[in-house]
Amino acid sequence: MTITRETVKKVAHLARIEIKDDEETQFADELNKIVAWIEQLNEVNTSNVEPLDHAVSYSLRMREDSPESNNHASDILKNAQETVLDFFSVPKVVE
Amino acid sequence: MKLVEGKTGSWEVVIGLEVHAQIISNTKLFSGAPTGFGAEPNAQVSFVDAAFPGMLPVLNRVCVEQAVRTGLGLNAEINLTSVFERKNYFYQDLPAGYQISQYLHPIVGKGQLKIELADGETKMIGITRLHLEQDAGKSLHDQHPNRTYIDLNRAGVALMEIVSEPDIRSPEEAGAYVRKLRSIMRYIGSCDGNMEQGNLRCDVNISVRRPGAELGTRCEIKNVNSVRFVMQSIDYEVQRQIEVIESGGSIAQETRLFDPTLGTTRTMRTKEDAHDYRYFPDPDLLPLRLTEDFVAQQKAKLPELPDQKKERFVKQYNLPSYDADFLTAERELANFYEEAAKDVDGKLAANWVMGDFSAAMNKSGGLDKVQVTAKSLNALVKLIGNGTISGRMAKDVFIDMLETGKDPESIVNEKGMVQVSDTASIEKLIDDVLVQNQDKVAEYRSGKDKLFGFFVGQTMKASQGKANPQLLNELLLKKLQ
Repeated sequence: MTITRETVKKVAHLARIEIKDDEETQFADELNKIVAWIEQLNEVNTSNVEPLDHAVSYSLRMREDSPESNNHASDILKNAQETVLDFFSVPKVVE
Repeated sequence: MKLVEGKTGSWEVVIGLEVHAQIISNTKLFSGAPTGFGAEPNAQVSFVDAAFPGMLPVLNRVCVEQAVRTGLGLNAEINLTSVFERKNYFYQDLPAGYQISQYLHPIVGKGQLKIELADGETKMIGITRLHLEQDAGKSLHDQHPNRTYIDLNRAGVALMEIVSEPDIRSPEEAGAYVRKLRSIMRYIGSCDGNMEQGNLRCDVNISVRRPGAELGTRCEIKNVNSVRFVMQSIDYEVQRQIEVIESGGSIAQETRLFDPTLGTTRTMRTKEDAHDYRYFPDPDLLPLRLTEDFVAQQKAKLPELPDQKKERFVKQYNLPSYDADFLTAERELANFYEEAAKDVDGKLAANWVMGDFSAAMNKSGGLDKVQVTAKSLNALVKLIGNGTISGRMAKDVFIDMLETGKDPESIVNEKGMVQVSDTASIEKLIDDVLVQNQDKVAEYRSGKDKLFGFFVGQTMKASQGKANPQLLNELLLKKLQ
């Protein structure tokens, strides 16, 4: 598997990370090294091994359906750049 | 097969539906924040829902139970192992930058749902899967000219996404599918089915093809929020696609929006800017493993479902299939009917529940808002059944019951509304009417059959509506011979 400059550009866009044109080659090189390192795993024959879906073998814990009664609105909104009447206010987004 | 005629021949419509159903639970899918409707903005948001750093999701047991019960109600396979994955995208009402959903390993697999169509036909629609996921917050775009307001109360609320196979072939079938699915979930108590509040929303996938040909390119209509709009949007979209193809164009795969005021659909985004969600298993959550026991317990909790209830009603109360369908669509109405039909003619009780009572229910906005109880309707049907009052008199009694909430026996006693069923008094009334209308009697006997209704009306009037209609008819026929 090879990471091209186009892939780097696309992934950066999807992650909303701004990168400069000259950085694309650099990141492509670095990512290719990482992928190559991981690809060493292909050397192991796993055809008879059950897929390991998680490092710990428990099942997911479930909680009871009892509500916490605290209203955290003021804490939730504390870091917002702008609020109006307990709403977050953000630049208009209409798809 | 239902086909749509275009200018150049017939077209087959292929429809698949994705339904998002909000699960009834006290708290959210992965947090303890309450889920009640209509709270102050951001008052029901935990730090998990707002994706504060370091907060971890913990799965709500009730949401899992609801999903399993719904799956069982759809005769679907329950997957004992399922996996929560992250669906990544940026949007202002999704604080974490991803939605926790299920992708490769949903909790419920293939199932099926039976729909009833107007012509009495039934059809099985395949269910592809049902999976659990979080809802997003709510964006209010119309409160300010250049700001959008965000309320995260809905963020993290549990949804079931139920995906159908592309087995649906017409707007009618799509409508029947959504109504049936809604009915099953309401029976089970897993979703209230309230489409106005957005607790049940539909994405509609539509394509057209020549009968038997390969599948055409599909368009997806997002977030349609009523059964009527589902049907309308399909009607419009089918015509649009046929016109595009017949005039030499081709359908672009895209997401479209339905405009309820215009009844049309328009492009929302094309395939080129379609989302790339980069699903991967959520590292915060282990695979969900259920036991056969857990599934069996959920199965034991299932109520009698619409299909079973319908079958029982047909047998037990001797009802036509249409009546049984009508009466079992809502559990509350079915219970009401069963009480109203106790020890009386089932079909007669059905007529009253489906006719006058349903009309009153629609007028007042709900079963519990009508003053007439199942017990008093049962008493009314009994009075008709034992001949105390006629069906015609019962209509008047029913109106009184609606207005006063009194039981029918007291109304009948107070107004002295007892049906006259003795032959002699009715014959006397008939004789009087015939004497007063000798000219019409002569006309009738010379072949003007239609006048029979006139004589019935006059005699009934003379009896102040109390004459037994069947007896009156019989006696009148004899007298006029």
